[in-house]
Amino acid sequence: MARLNADNEKRARDLIALYPESRSSLIPMLHVAQEQDGWLMPDAIAHVAELLDLTAAEVYGTASFYDMFFTHPVGRHLVSVCTNIACLLNGGFELLEHAEKSLGVSGGGTTHDGEFTLEEVECIALCGEAPCLAVNWRFFGSVTPERFDTLMADLRSGALADEVPPHGTLCRVRRSVGLPAAATPESVTGPEVPSAPGGGRPQSPGTT
Amino acid sequence: MPLTDAAPIVTRRIGNARSWTLSSYLDHGGYQGLRKALTMAPADITAEVLTSNLLGRGGAGFEAGKKWSMLAKPRPAYVVINGDESEPATFKDHMLLENDPHQIIEGTVICALAVGAAQAFIFVRGEFALGIERMTAALNEAYAHGAVGRNIFGSDFSIDLVIHPGAGAYICGEETALIESLEGKRGFPRIKPPFFPAAIGLYGAPTIVNNVETVSNLPWIVENGGAAFAALGIGRSTGTRIFSLSGHVNRPGNYEVEMSKVSFRDLIEDPRLGGGIRNGNKLKAFIPGGASAPWFGPDQVDLALDQDAVGKAGSMLGSGSIVVMDETTCMVRAAWRITRFFHRESCGQCTPCREGSGWLDKIMRRIEEGAGRESDLDLLFDVCDNIAPGLSWPPRQTTICVLGPSIPSSITSGVRMFRDEFLTHVKEGACPYG
Repeated sequence: MARLNADNEKRARDLIALYPESRSSLIPMLHVAQEQDGWLMPDAIAHVAELLDLTAAEVYGTASFYDMFFTHPVGRHLVSVCTNIACLLNGGFELLEHAEKSLGVSGGGTTHDGEFTLEEVECIALCGEAPCLAVNWRFFGSVTPERFDTLMADLRSGALADEVPPHGTLCRVRRSVGLPAAATPESVTGPEVPSAPGGGRPQSPGTT
Repeated sequence: MPLTDAAPIVTRRIGNARSWTLSSYLDHGGYQGLRKALTMAPADITAEVLTSNLLGRGGAGFEAGKKWSMLAKPRPAYVVINGDESEPATFKDHMLLENDPHQIIEGTVICALAVGAAQAFIFVRGEFALGIERMTAALNEAYAHGAVGRNIFGSDFSIDLVIHPGAGAYICGEETALIESLEGKRGFPRIKPPFFPAAIGLYGAPTIVNNVETVSNLPWIVENGGAAFAALGIGRSTGTRIFSLSGHVNRPGNYEVEMSKVSFRDLIEDPRLGGGIRNGNKLKAFIPGGASAPWFGPDQVDLALDQDAVGKAGSMLGSGSIVVMDETTCMVRAAWRITRFFHRESCGQCTPCREGSGWLDKIMRRIEEGAGRESDLDLLFDVCDNIAPGLSWPPRQTTICVLGPSIPSSITSGVRMFRDEFLTHVKEGACPYG
């Protein structure tokens, strides 16, 4: 698969409707594409470009700026080990070294079975539990070498499938509500929102 | 100095069972600030925020109310909430996004109401997958509850919120880069002037950009009044603030304390806070406000957590993250790792930053690995001086944004405070710490 499938094309069109200008939906849409295929396939980039009336080069030019987007295949599990300052002080580099040995890959490499891609990452904001890592952006803190090996085994066996979805899946909650892009409050349309339970109508806030 | 017993504000619900759900939020006073705000004139909401003297919690520390007052007149105007927390060792917004998303939504709607915004966007760092899920679920709940959408709580006010995921780029925490990114482009900062967001922001329209922690304070301020907030803290540093404490302490974590009334020593040593340095070791140095901030030594540990006091002492409270380094730390390695971070994250627009960060990374690395020369210390300062002329604080800059002048902080601090340690690396051809 490469172009967005019917469901994902619908999601893409819904994203366009959220913003006053369609291009704002580009990055969220690329996340949808990456969720579908695990990485950004050329045909998906072309499809996203079509939907936004951009060229594939413009889409690629934006995507390539951002660390989370991959324009080449990656493993089912993207293992991102932090070595920034708080982790450095608590054994982050030693953890990365262990991970490289344990998985047999380094520097963004992928294991032969396609299970794991290992990367060194900048601060992932879990410094209270350094050293830490993320797998497909689900976070694990206070990771010892032993815990690392257990974690990889659990990921491989599927024991953590609920906590850690496949690479590319960012948000498993769909927005179920909303208004189309609104240039002004007056132009707001959309479903009636139920008024607050058990309360009277507050006064008008005056000028809005 | 003794700790105050000021109650926490933005973290007060964290720890409640399923604190991220609407039912838990409502059980603990949620959306009362917004209900009150809807009975007020927008100008009166701004007045309360001005009275509170709430300083921005993202890093620059600008007065939130003053920022709102500077919003240019043309409409539409937009509100953008900055949840792209990426400053190394800062992890407070991550916690708020995951554990109290409704407070962020309530604060955002109050902000939008006060400034008369047409739409609001909450930009969440892409890596925060759980935060994005919880924010999205909370938005769905907030719509159903009538707290977002058409005729909020039966009033005439309507607003739509969008949870916008980022995609991994430190620079997008800079407000103009964030706006570029939100427009679907590479995260290149815009030059100021003219591109102050309050004048020319999202889609060229006047835009308020506030940090997640900043807006999380708004429901409390509206409910309790700006004066109650201003009664906490000292001088310009009012209210409470979350400090992210990490490194060599026994109890790393996020601590919300009253501004100015607590010192770095309290934060590091108090058994209710940091609980002291690990293994009873001695303090060697600490970073007072994120990786961009110049370092302090043990002689500064009695300074108060006060924005102006820290500024006067030659650094900044910045993003509120304090990194503690004990006597076993190799300062060359610490400074090199931070330098490499900036090299990786430079957006590449400005030559002094793009090229300078690469040079500095290379020089720092060879010193750390024992391949440095004594002249490298002067060379480091020379390159730093091209990015931030004069190497003073606050820094001057030769770049579009402040990422550039943030690069020298760890290098100049390291060399000035630990010159002998740098020289030992050079002379012995190895790191003395192994």
